Amino acid sequence: MNNLIKGEKHDWEMVIGLEIHAQVKSNSKLFSSSSTKFGSSPNSQVSLVDAAMPGMLPVINKYCVEQAIKTGVGLKAKINNYSVFDRKNYFYADLPQGYQISQYKYPIVGEGKVTIDFKDGTSKDIRIVRLHLEQDAGKSLHDQNPSKTYVDLNRSGVALMEIVSEPDIRTPDEAGMYISKIRSILMYLDTCDGNMQEGSLRADVNISVRKPGDEYGTRCEIKNLNSIKFIKQAINYEAKRQIEILESGGSIEQNTMLFNTSTGKTSPMRNKEEAHDYRYFPDPDLLPLEISNEEIGKIKSSIPELPDELKNKFIETYKLSNYDASVLTAEKQTSDYFNETINSDPELKNHAKIVVNWITSELFSLLNKNNQDLNNSPVSPENLGQLIKLISTNEISGKIAKDVLEDMFSSGKTARQIVDEKGLQQVTDQGEIAKVIDEVIAENPKMVEQYLAGKDKLLGFFVGQAMKATKGKANPKMLNDILKQKLNKKN
Amino acid sequence: MSKSSLKQTLKDLDTKKISIKELNQDYLKRIKEKDNLNVFIHFSEENVLKQIDNLEKDNSEKKLKGIPIAIKDLFCTKSMPTTAASKILENFNPTYESFVTQKLLDEGSIFVGKTNLDEFAMGSATNTSFFGNTINPLSKENVPLAPGGSSGGSAAAVAADLCLGATGTDTGGSIRQPASFCGVVGIKPTYGLCSRWGIAAFASSLDQAGIFSHNVEDASILLQSIAGFDQRDSTSAKVDIPNYFENLDDDLNGKTVGIPKEYSIDGTPMEISQIWEDAIKVLDKKGVKIKNISLPHTKYALPTYYIIAPAEASSNLARYDGVKYGFRSEEINSLDEMYENTRAQGFGREVKRRILIGTYVLSAGYYDAYYLKAQKVRKLIADDFIKAFKECDFIVTPTAPSAAFPLNEKQNDPIKMYLNDVFTVPASLAGLPGISIPFGKDKNNLPLGIQILGKHFDEQQVFNAAVSLERSYE
Repeated sequence: MNNLIKGEKHDWEMVIGLEIHAQVKSNSKLFSSSSTKFGSSPNSQVSLVDAAMPGMLPVINKYCVEQAIKTGVGLKAKINNYSVFDRKNYFYADLPQGYQISQYKYPIVGEGKVTIDFKDGTSKDIRIVRLHLEQDAGKSLHDQNPSKTYVDLNRSGVALMEIVSEPDIRTPDEAGMYISKIRSILMYLDTCDGNMQEGSLRADVNISVRKPGDEYGTRCEIKNLNSIKFIKQAINYEAKRQIEILESGGSIEQNTMLFNTSTGKTSPMRNKEEAHDYRYFPDPDLLPLEISNEEIGKIKSSIPELPDELKNKFIETYKLSNYDASVLTAEKQTSDYFNETINSDPELKNHAKIVVNWITSELFSLLNKNNQDLNNSPVSPENLGQLIKLISTNEISGKIAKDVLEDMFSSGKTARQIVDEKGLQQVTDQGEIAKVIDEVIAENPKMVEQYLAGKDKLLGFFVGQAMKATKGKANPKMLNDILKQKLNKKN
Repeated sequence: MSKSSLKQTLKDLDTKKISIKELNQDYLKRIKEKDNLNVFIHFSEENVLKQIDNLEKDNSEKKLKGIPIAIKDLFCTKSMPTTAASKILENFNPTYESFVTQKLLDEGSIFVGKTNLDEFAMGSATNTSFFGNTINPLSKENVPLAPGGSSGGSAAAVAADLCLGATGTDTGGSIRQPASFCGVVGIKPTYGLCSRWGIAAFASSLDQAGIFSHNVEDASILLQSIAGFDQRDSTSAKVDIPNYFENLDDDLNGKTVGIPKEYSIDGTPMEISQIWEDAIKVLDKKGVKIKNISLPHTKYALPTYYIIAPAEASSNLARYDGVKYGFRSEEINSLDEMYENTRAQGFGREVKRRILIGTYVLSAGYYDAYYLKAQKVRKLIADDFIKAFKECDFIVTPTAPSAAFPLNEKQNDPIKMYLNDVFTVPASLAGLPGISIPFGKDKNNLPLGIQILGKHFDEQQVFNAAVSLERSYE
């Protein structure tokens, strides 16, 4: 695959690394017992610790630690027996302590990797540098009053996992696939709800460009992107910006950039000189985290099947392609749905590919059109299974099945009900089909003449007419065979 | 001395020789008389009377029922404002009660007021307080003396008999040094013995709550009341708290005392060396083995302390930014200006000095040379003690290099001021328990203190040695 982009003068390669901030799925915050519920009224979930009142002390939430370890296992990463919480010192109105508790030198999780799968069946590993736990800040509300800023501390102290990748990513698509894969793993593990709109998953993107084979160029960091679309847009814009500067003889300044979602442009937030000196040092209020191999083993054994394992299982059991299997396993709800569908009838195991297609193309497009989610799909896996069974046993045609699915989707009825009520059973009676064909041939003598004169394409016309006459219910193969037979007899 | 002890008072209350009201009115009277000492940042007679009323209606048995206690104004209290002696927390009223003060309340003690201290406990003379100096009650008429610091208000409150005990905090000597200056007993327990929850932080890895009292017995009673594990403080220790008072034993026969040679410092006044020798002689007579020990890294303790403590302080005090509570400057045109003006106007000179030092030693390019190195030295200092305690049961040293000095003497010389902590800082860095007891006087008849250090969580041994020395001195 050619990953290069064309500049005016050269071809360029992007070098991209991501820092993903994933909110830990937990009921309470990293160092306090306040609720983490999203969307509550401002400052309604703020403890004395979260507000950094004098003399208040952080106490580690063990559940968040377990969640981080779980995630580390899911990223095939090394879990560190010893890690340390540090203070990252800076002033901001929504940072009540004047420092963020994070992990700097000794993160809880070390090196790991994530595999992304391409459509062409190939795949690529993106290396993970580390995962560490840290507190989220509060939220500054600048739009409530023309001359004042308000602060909402509900989010202050919520646990985040920062997942840092090596600069192994080379295209915006890879970046998108990488974050999708991370999201998928987190959701399988139930360690993050993966909700990008609510900010549960955000990313900082580090990007530089270089001529193929050169050393890494100077990078810029684009802060706080909360959708895959924006990540791709921002990368594309920023790469072009850097290439233009380099091709006109300039050099890249190591800046921190902001991405404007309405203009699609990046702009500098601060340069290297303005960068904060965070004065990291171990938080004296907290003891180092010590985790025994036994504890790690316990957590490991509690981990559910992850997308990669599931993918391999699907490939093996159902002879699916790598790509089909990776689409099915990208989201837990999809693989769950697939599993339930295919297990709803023993027959279906022999039609796995059809099941995949009906889920990932027909059902998905209906869900999309109606802005709905697989989790609350009006068509249950059992009902979809029944529909597919009707197709595989030739009771209805694939074409009719599409209409039936739409009906199921809107009425909530089962496939069987709809087929019976509307009499949609496929016509497989040879005599009945032959009768219809005779009528069509009789009604179109000129067409028959032309066909016999060599205009083969007209076969489609006859098929269409005959189908129309059976309201689409005729078995297409039988219809085709009988039609050809009859026309050729005329010759 | 005519001051009644806590132990005696508890008996008198128990036998109804005196009522809670009579007892406390006696103290209230003295507090009002000694107003000129500026011992309290917050004192409200009404509040005290209310507490007396409530206790008189309370029929339950409580260990410290009715006992007047003074609280260093670094402990957050619900019933009284908490300022840390800083303008930045002027009029701050916590909605919560610190672990230590809650324990005292649970046992029925009466809080007579919040005592003065150096701003955020940074100082050795109680002269950096936004609320003015506290005067040592032992001052001669024309020469007001410093009570020591930072817990100078609490030490003075006990010395002037304005309470039967007081809480303090000790980061580098802030209990032991003022105890020595005011001629009272002051104990800083092992780091982690008392929860720090609800104490405005100065240097988290060093801060530890402790007790001032008239004598060692009283200190043993009060320390037991405030010690204990607290899950809200991750550095709080899960250890059993013995009944120090019941277990007091002044028989030291067969014990070994360590005398560290590094504590003989050039320029230490004769009188200080003299009381140290006297103490050793007393112990010798009691059958204690005298062991000369070495704590070779002692000379690095002070510089190490003055890197670690300001570093932590610079971060701990970042929360005082004018955003959420406390003082906020009026002159604000931007967020940065709010920080700058609030903190410039809200903090005093010494606090600013330490924030600057702390910020500097943690900054990129300097961290390794200062903070990291200081942490390594701290480990060496702690190891010195661990080694030494293999050869002895407790260590005896002077508490401070001088008696109480005139109020304004070292005001403008921070280095001289920092030298006050020379004997107290090493044990703080090592997290060890230490007590200061009055032991002798200087030529001006001012009290001098002897410091006894023990092994981690061996407060009992510290108390035993202290009570033994105290009884032989009396």
